[in-house]
This record gives sequence, C-alpha cells and structure tokens, in this order.
Amino acid sequence: MATSVLDHAGAVGIHAEKTGLWAWITTVDHKKIGILYGASAFIFFLIGGLEALIIRWQLMKPDNNFVTPEFYNQLFTMHGTTMIFLAVMPLSAMFFNFFIPLLIGARDVAFPRLNAFSFWVFLFGGLFLNSSFLFNAAPNGGWFGYANLSSKQYSPGLNMDFWAMGLQILGIASLAAGVNFFVTILNMRAPGMKLIRMPMFVWMSFITQLLVLLSFPVITVALILLMFDRLFGTNFFVPAGGGDTILWQHLFWVFGHPEVYILILPAFGIISEVLPVFSRKPLFGYTAMVFSGCFIAFLGFGVWSHHMFSTGMGPIADSVFSLATMLIAIPTGVKVFNWMGTTWGGSIQMKTPMYFALGFIAMFIMGGLSGVMHSSAPADLQQTDTYFVVAHFHYVLFGGSIFALVSGAYYWWPKMFGHMLDEGLGKVHFWLMLIGFNLTFFPMHIVGLEGMPRRVYTYPAGLGFESLNRLETIGSLILGFSFLVFIFNVIKSALSKVPAPADPWNGATLEWSIPSPPQEFNFPSIPTVHGRDPFWEEKRARGGKLPEPARVSGAGIHLPDPSYWPFLAAVGVLLLFIALMHHDSKFGPAYIFAAVSVLFFSIFNWVFEPFHEG
Amino acid sequence: MHHRFKRWRSFAGALLLLTLLVAVVAGAQSNPFPQSTLHPKGDFAQMVDKLFRTTLFWATLVFVLTEAALIFVIFKFRGKPDDAEPKQVHGNTMVEVIWTAIPALVLAMIAVPTVRTIFRTYEIPKGDGVLQVEVIGHQWWWEFRYPELGLTTANELHVPVGRTVALKMVTQDVLHSFWIPQLAAKRDIFTNRSTTLWFKAEEAGDYPGQCAEFCGLEHARMAFQVIAEAPDAFDSYVSRMQATGVRAAEPVVGSTASATPVRVAAMVQADPDTLIGAQLFMTKGCVGCHSLDATKPMGIGPNLAGIGTRRYIAAGWLEDTDANLSRWIQDPQVVKPGVMMPDLGVTEAEAQALVAYLRQH
Repeated sequence: MATSVLDHAGAVGIHAEKTGLWAWITTVDHKKIGILYGASAFIFFLIGGLEALIIRWQLMKPDNNFVTPEFYNQLFTMHGTTMIFLAVMPLSAMFFNFFIPLLIGARDVAFPRLNAFSFWVFLFGGLFLNSSFLFNAAPNGGWFGYANLSSKQYSPGLNMDFWAMGLQILGIASLAAGVNFFVTILNMRAPGMKLIRMPMFVWMSFITQLLVLLSFPVITVALILLMFDRLFGTNFFVPAGGGDTILWQHLFWVFGHPEVYILILPAFGIISEVLPVFSRKPLFGYTAMVFSGCFIAFLGFGVWSHHMFSTGMGPIADSVFSLATMLIAIPTGVKVFNWMGTTWGGSIQMKTPMYFALGFIAMFIMGGLSGVMHSSAPADLQQTDTYFVVAHFHYVLFGGSIFALVSGAYYWWPKMFGHMLDEGLGKVHFWLMLIGFNLTFFPMHIVGLEGMPRRVYTYPAGLGFESLNRLETIGSLILGFSFLVFIFNVIKSALSKVPAPADPWNGATLEWSIPSPPQEFNFPSIPTVHGRDPFWEEKRARGGKLPEPARVSGAGIHLPDPSYWPFLAAVGVLLLFIALMHHDSKFGPAYIFAAVSVLFFSIFNWVFEPFHEG
Repeated sequence: MHHRFKRWRSFAGALLLLTLLVAVVAGAQSNPFPQSTLHPKGDFAQMVDKLFRTTLFWATLVFVLTEAALIFVIFKFRGKPDDAEPKQVHGNTMVEVIWTAIPALVLAMIAVPTVRTIFRTYEIPKGDGVLQVEVIGHQWWWEFRYPELGLTTANELHVPVGRTVALKMVTQDVLHSFWIPQLAAKRDIFTNRSTTLWFKAEEAGDYPGQCAEFCGLEHARMAFQVIAEAPDAFDSYVSRMQATGVRAAEPVVGSTASATPVRVAAMVQADPDTLIGAQLFMTKGCVGCHSLDATKPMGIGPNLAGIGTRRYIAAGWLEDTDANLSRWIQDPQVVKPGVMMPDLGVTEAEAQALVAYLRQH
C-alpha cells in the first residue's frame, strides 16, 4: 500500500505516547504489556501471600479453629495455584515482555497482538479462578488436583470445576506466550547477536519457552480428561468405571516437574545478568551456563516420577528416577559455582539488586541440597508430603525465584519507569525478607522430619509441633511486612521521582544504551552486536562513560497498530469457560454457542484487521 | 576503617541471629516428638534413617563449604564505585571441570546406598513368622484386618514386638497414604491395586501415624496408633478380640418386636445404664454401621470391638475419655465436621448410657 509523506506523519501520530484505559486495553507494545503483567501478577502475589498468612495464623497453635477445615483446604489449594500460575510465572512474563526485545535489540515481539491476547487471557484466567471465592466454591483439592478426590463423586461442588477450567484458561495464555517468545528470540535478534552471544537471561527464557511448549500440552490433555469426567460423566480417572487414578499423577507430573524449571530458569537468567554488572566482571563460564541450562531442561522431562516414590512403582523405576534426579544436581551445581566464579575477583558493588542476587544464591543452595536429600527414594518415603518438602520447595521457589524476581525488579525498575527506587528502603526490604523467610521456612525442615504432614488444617497438641509452628508464624509476619516496605518504596519513589539515567548501574547489555524509560520504538536505529556484553564493549571502545542518549522523534519507524481484537478474543475465551460451567443449565448450549461466536468473530477480525500504514 | 567496622558489625549481627535460630531449633528438639522420623523404632524406619543420615551428612558438608565460600567472596571482593575495573575473566575450563566432577563424586556417595536400599524396601517378607495385616483406608479412618486371625479393628493396630508385619493396603474411596514414621515410612494406597509396606517393631510402645496424602475435608483428622507390645501381651489382645466373636455367638434374648438382639452375657453383668445403652445402640441405628464383633467385619463405620480400652476415638486424635466419647456420639458433625457419621439426635443422658455400654466392649 502506497502512502504519502502526510499519511506517514499521521501514522506516526498513532504511535505517539498515549495513556488512558483505552490505550492500555488496545496496546500491543511489549513494554506496556510487560507492565500489565507485572502489576496484575503482583496483586495476585499479594492475594496468594494473604492466603499464606491466614494459613500460618491457623497453624500458629494446635487444634486452632481460626478458619474452618473447608476454608483451609481452599486456602492452601489457592495459595499454591496462585503463586505458581498467577504470581511467579507472570512475574517472569513481565521480564520476558519488557526485556527480551530490549536485550536482543528488537522493536517488539514477533507477534504483538498475540502478546496482548496472552496477557488478557492470563488476567481473565486469574480473575475466573479467584471469582470462585465469591461463590464460596474456591478449589479445595490441592494445586495438584489428585484423582479420584477431584472426581465428581468426591468433589461434587463447583470447586474443582473452577480449578480445572481456570488452569485450562491459563494454559492457553502460557502456550500463546511460549510460541511468541520462542519465535521472537529465534527471529528478531539484532544483527550480530548470534545465539551464543545472547544475554543469559534471554537464553534461560528461551529454554523456559521450550519447556512451556512441551509440557503445557500434557496438562492441557489431563485437564480435558478431568473436565470430561466431571462435566460429561466419562471415567478416565474413575476406578469404578475402569479408569486409573495413577494415570493422573503421571500426566500431572510430566507437566509438573518441567513446570518447576519454568519457574526457576528465568530466575537463573536474572541472576546471571545482575551478578556480572555488580561484580563489574563478565559472567564466568558463559558456555557452561548455557549448556547446563539446556541439560537441566532436558533432564527435567525425565524425573517426574520422583514426585511419586511413595506410590510404590517398583525398585527399577524408583532407582532410575532417583538417579536421574541426582544427575540434575550436577548442572545446577555448575550454575551455582559459576555464579560464585563471576563474583570471585570482582569489584562487588553492594546495591540492592546485588543483595537480593547474593541472597538468592545463599537460599537456593539450601533448596537444592534438600532436593538432593529427597531424590533418594527411600529417604523420600519419610519426607514426601511432610513439611520438609514444604520447606524445600519454598527455598527453591521463594528463596530462589522470588529473591531473583525481586532482584530483577530493583535492577530494572529505573529502566521500566524512569526513576530510581530508594536504596536504603531496598536494603531494609532485603534484610526483613531474608530474616522473615528463614524464620518461616527453616523450621519447616525440622517440623517435617519430626512428623508433621502437609495440607493439614490443624495438628493435635503433644506431637511436639507447637513451638516451631509459632516461630514460623512470627517469621511469616516479618516476611509479609517486608513486602509492605517494598510497596512503600515503590510509592515513595514514584512520588519523589528521582530521575533515572539511561545507565545507572554501568550495565553490560543493550537496554542500558537507550533512555529510561525506553521510547515506544525502543531503538532509534537497530544496533549491531559484536560480542557478549555489547554495551560494555561499546563503552570501552568509546572511552568510558557515554553521554545520556537523547529522546528522538521516531518519525518513520514502523510499529504495529493498537488493536482491541486480542482483548475481545480473550473475552471470548473467558465466556466460553463460563458457559461450560453452565453447560447443563437450560440455556447451556446457547451460552456455549454465543461464547464461541464472540471468540470466532474476534479472531476473524483480528486476522483481517487492516494496517494503518504499509 | 570505620566503613569496614560497620561491615563486620552487620556480619556479626547476622551470625548472632543464626546462632539464635540454631538455639531455638536445638531447644525444640529436646521436646518429645512421638511422630518423628528421626528416632526410628522399627527396622524399616531404621534402614531409611541410615540413608537419610548419609544424605544429611553430605548435604551439610556441601552447604557449609559453599555458604562459607559465598560469604568469603562477599567480604573479600567488595569494591567501591571508583575502584579500577577488575581483571575481566571469562571462565576457566580446568576449574569448571573440577567443580563438575566433585559434585558427581558426592552424588555417587549417595546414589550407591540409595539404590541398595530401594531394592531392600521392595523385599516383602514372607513365611510363617510374618504377621499379615490388611489395611483399608476410608474417608477419614483406618480399617485393619488380620486375615490369619480372622480379626478386624479400626484406627488402632496392635502388633507384637520383634515379629515382622507385612501390610497389604487398598482404599475404599479416595487415595490415602499410610504413614507410620517411627516404625516404617509411608506408602500411598489405591483403589484398583494393592500396595505393600513392612516393618518389625524393635521396642514396645504407642506409635502415632497418620494419613499423608491429602484426602479431602478431614485429612488432618485421619490418624491412627500402632501399639507394639510384647508377644504375650499381643496374644492376650488377640484372644480378647476373638472373644468378642464368641460372645456375639452366644444365645441372645431378642426384643422380638424390633428383632434387635441384646446379649445375655452383657445383660447379666450390666447396670441399668448399660442395658439402656445396649438398646440405644440398636434403636439409634449405631448398629447399622458399627460392628461390636471383631470377627465380623462390617466396613461401613469403624469396628468398635475393643473401643472400651482404645487410646483415641474419631480416628486417632481425640482422647478416648467418657466426656469426649459422649460429645462425639451427640455431635459428630461439630467434633469432626463432614464425617460420615450423621447427627442421630442423641441426648446427653442417652449418650452417657451409650458410653457405659461401649465401655463394656
């Protein structure tokens, strides 16, 4: 389509910085979508945290009745589901969205509208799941939804329907995003950025997308089978009808274990960006870091049954899964040692992101080692389903993932919002979080080994669990308070607006070469990359510190147009699942037809949407 | 100088906190932990514990070394913003090979005993000396059957010290996991296949255990006791239980109208409360789900033969006092919400009579 100069100026006008609700709903800018992911995920994180605090309050003393057994079961199910699918995954997605294009020198992701669709489907999935509280029907069968407790016979309410369908919606969002970032990283890199020159965060994100693409189809199939059992009376997991309960466990963990790496690999990536910058030294053993990440992901598909040692799979299966699990400790160890090698001999700058990054290493070592302890199948026969395991995966997912995500937040905040966070408050946040975290979760190792099972709404006096549980509750309050400090820091910094320079930390990667916050088109001209730490190299070549990059008009830069069709298509997905919840009502088929119509209509219009410029 | 002092002070503060934590932990450990995995009193649990201690040793060693190295690095290589750029090192193949190989060796130290122990856990003991027990999980209580002795009981499993017990387990409804930390470990139980576990109690005692697989509303209240006792004490327990069958087989006087049998033996020695209780047991419908005869499994509600002398009621967590038993009979849905036992409209006085009657069993 030919355009005149005048048309072109008009087209640029479309891309002028816009605000307001409509701009956010129709945005296809990866940075805005990143912020949307971050804000929504942080709110879900607070909800999940509140659930955790209620759980801790209930367990503070024996035979407590602060909450009913039913509500407690809803709380721990929703806490796990929320933290995994609505907090840690989308918080990683915030960094994927905002920073993958910047780190590889691109102007946007490969499929900007699909990106918007992913976000809206994720948000609606999260709202759908949490809306169950309004109907007093929050999921109550555990985040793992084991058959046959999740069957209609033993969970007759809507609770597990909300769970199965909510996860299905979230799976659509994850798969769409997975395709998008996979293609983005393969196809959109700036000239000269070979795969083996990509920043480690991009590498780990790339592997994460591969895991998403290979593991989410499995849970999708499992959830479809469960949905058919519950809605239409099939018997895939119903023993009385010839189904098999253990089939669910295999399907769930074939997804569930790679999911663990989906949660931790982006954290590895963030740490691998932060440590070199604040040690003023390149990442130690880059190639080993790449291959250990690939190796972890590969092995991650071959260890699922270590979640099932207590089912009694037989000595051969137990041995194979024990040994494969132990094997994962080797590439993981390589990563930890290489991070320490990065800091070794460096000039360590103790800024807030570095505090959290070093805290991550210290806590993750603990979680990794307790993981090795229950890779030993017979030892796991005592540990599984106890608080020892709760301690282990919180050291990995909180001490690991959350510490890293918080480190990333402090590190990239200036770039995202154009102002600095307060260093003093950041350090207060760190120490409170470190102390609160360890007070909450370290005693769980002991109380678990002393015989306290998981997922119990209470415990009797006299088993010796009292004092440690009280300590854990106190710790959880400190931990919760640390995030209030973070929120205070965010608000205070937003009000005082200490402007952030383009490159506040002497960064090594491309995002620091452009203004903070970046302009909509990211790079006025696409950079050419000559090595692994492109911005450090450029600064060295040009004799040290560079002047602040100027904000430019961006005239003539092609950007994708805003679109409301992804939003509407996401609404269609939501409506479809709401309609499925009502499938047996009088107008059930009509609801489903209407929802499918909205979905198809939106996708049709999305596909044939005209371009404003060509 | 001042700067450095401050740094050491904060380090000392962190150390102090750590020490405090360890002290709290150590203090807590002096408490009794009857459900602990760390004080095994059965051969299976001891075998697992030995392996656990091997893994704990290596994990602690690696933990201390790596955390110490991390702390060392933080203090040793701390720089100031205006320091010169440090030497730009990209890696070191030799070092990387070493720190790949050493973890592999440590893992081998764990892997070998692990595989050896895995095979031992699956060597199900056989032979005449082995006491066979069938475990049936229910939402939310445990049924135990001794097929060779023809006995059924619930929530309290008596075993003789020094004799291997082989468990064969299934569930009646959803998945559960049988966990007896001090004697064995845990094993999940399924509907359509039976799983196995075995142990030999080395010491007499009451060992608490509980369901370890989330099984619905009252998962937290699905506990049980294993009572390990000297062989002769166990034998007399067995004869007592078998006697409940003999008593049940004795001639009965039926109140012909309702055709509900009341045992002569019970009537002869009974006080009025017991008599009323016996009738209530029939008329209130208790008998519909509960057997008082250990030789007759019923399988709907727990078998109540021996309830008079059990340690706990309501599946191993509520002490078996008269007051608790009475409260339980009157208000089961308050004591353990969601339990299958319905509210039967039993008054306080009726409950007392029922308690008196049950104490005879």
